[in-house]
Amino acid sequence: MATAAITERPPITREHALFLLREMLRIRRFEEKAAEVYTLQKIHGFLHLYIGEEATGVGAMQALTLDDNIVATYREHGQALARGMPARTLMAEMYGKVTGCSHGHGGSMHFFDASRRFFGGYAIVGGGMPVALGLALADKMQKQPRITACFFGDGAVAEGEFHESLNLAALWQLPVLFLCENNLYAMGTAVKRALAQTDISLKAAPYGISAEAVDGMDVLAVEAAARRAAVFVRSGKGPFLLECQTYRFRAHSMADPDLYRTKEEIEEWKKRDPILLFQARLREWGLLSDSDVAALETEVSAQLEDALQFAEASPREPVEDLLKDVEEPVKP
Amino acid sequence: MTKLTYREAVRAALRRALRSDPRVFLMGEDVGRYGGAFAVSLGLLEEFGPERIRDSPLSESAFVGAGIGAALGGMRPIVEIMTVNFSMLAMDQILNNAATLRHMSGGQFNVPLVVRLATGGGRQLAAQHSHSLEGWYAHIPGIKVLAPATVPDAYGMLLAALQEPDPVFIFEHATLYPMQGELDESSGAVNISHARIMRPGTDVTVIAYGGSLNKALQSAERLGKDGIEAEVIDLRSLRPLDTPTIVESVAKTHRAVVIDEAWRTGSLAAEISAQIAENAFDELDSPVARVCSAEVPIPYAKHLEDAALPRVDAIVAAAQGMIPHHG
Repeated sequence: MATAAITERPPITREHALFLLREMLRIRRFEEKAAEVYTLQKIHGFLHLYIGEEATGVGAMQALTLDDNIVATYREHGQALARGMPARTLMAEMYGKVTGCSHGHGGSMHFFDASRRFFGGYAIVGGGMPVALGLALADKMQKQPRITACFFGDGAVAEGEFHESLNLAALWQLPVLFLCENNLYAMGTAVKRALAQTDISLKAAPYGISAEAVDGMDVLAVEAAARRAAVFVRSGKGPFLLECQTYRFRAHSMADPDLYRTKEEIEEWKKRDPILLFQARLREWGLLSDSDVAALETEVSAQLEDALQFAEASPREPVEDLLKDVEEPVKP
Repeated sequence: MTKLTYREAVRAALRRALRSDPRVFLMGEDVGRYGGAFAVSLGLLEEFGPERIRDSPLSESAFVGAGIGAALGGMRPIVEIMTVNFSMLAMDQILNNAATLRHMSGGQFNVPLVVRLATGGGRQLAAQHSHSLEGWYAHIPGIKVLAPATVPDAYGMLLAALQEPDPVFIFEHATLYPMQGELDESSGAVNISHARIMRPGTDVTVIAYGGSLNKALQSAERLGKDGIEAEVIDLRSLRPLDTPTIVESVAKTHRAVVIDEAWRTGSLAAEISAQIAENAFDELDSPVARVCSAEVPIPYAKHLEDAALPRVDAIVAAAQGMIPHHG
């Protein structure tokens, strides 16, 4: 057995393994709870769950420093949590409370955190991409060493802003890490019904951009690919496109009856659940025990309980402040 | 005082801003090597280099969005959009990002972005280069909209805009670029909160902005010969509107003609008329009149274009029609 352990030596430490698993579990349980309280009408509006895609956000985030910029989409709970935004301010945001990460102005789709350089969830598909260019341009002009991670989905690839942004990022050699979370559906439209060329990573080459596609259900593969990509971008060689091939297990939003794909397809993908896959590997490597999982679940559950209590107990913004953050008050 | 054109005044303001603040840069189509579609930025590339006079590809959405991101990232970008018609290609970035980020982020972020756009008709450029969409912009909370109509404002408003913490859109009427005027270059930023009375009068208030101001002043001259003293207001800021100045003038003259090169329906002129109705209804001796563009895509042929745009004759007739013994 000792021999086998040596030949199959785990590529990561137990500490890092448990960290990645904890991050993915935090997102999974957060999203499940969000769906639950949505049905209780504690959360309103659109709610786009990240369940199934945890490995992409968690894996990619490992390549970023706290000084890097992040631009995300309307399905950004995973990135926000993985970035270290407290679950309680995210839950409070969805409850529409003033203690929320955007003071209740944005809700599920518009998480912001200036202190963590989390420049927001953008809900017009592709709309965050030009903003990411500008952040990277500002850093380049000010000789800041940071990079900008720009998350977007397969839907954005059909938008003009994707193409304009790739062109401009390459033309100006901007330090942008384009992170495509290809979950195969733009709302209800399958990639094969939207893109003439469904291999998204191929779209970088015409712009002179290096790219890689990675199994987005494998957190270690995503982490490794994201680290390679981030090193490339950080070295000043220009932008990089990393396509993470993933799948969302839940409907597009809570309002979606999910009629455009088969149950069989969903079940097939669930066999590659990123959390279950990772747990199985960690057990093979002897890095994870039942008690580890139980301890993680307890810890995550306590965090979520705290987040819910915080959201419930938090005050709403006074209506008198309705216009407060539209623009800076006029000077007398 | 220096005598120079509106175009040179904008260029002088750009030069001053670029020299005094390393965070300022100019970005847009053909602003560098070409020198600007309207030659506003001619010579700036040579002085400031391609990093700060940044030629952009024809990607309005990307470079306007990049301006937003650069503003978030600590720079003070000035984005030039060649004409307001082209800005439609960047409307998502403008409306959904630039105007919303401060609010959506709960006040954590602000976007100190300045966008300059040429606007307006009168040059026989037909229906895709001639429109006045300032009113659409003035509809949007979260941004400021300026319309410099004079040489000092062309200079001072740009400098003032660069001091604003939120997005500012400056509409430069394309027919104004060759206009001569006097400028005190030591004057710096101007107040952008107030409209200005360009000519005092007692009988009728003529309200105009941007490229229509000169038509308003010409109309006032003609009316003066007819014994009608028109008070001409240059709005200067289209969002926010300086309603008190408008109301105060109407309270004095009891009549108002609003000139707007945009289409009449749903126009800024309609908004101003409504504000007069809300705030000075009892002061009015006559219904408010509007002189706007005809409801047609701006035509190419000179006689048709002239007929489509606000004309001095129409302004004079509108004012005369309000005053007994002149209708």
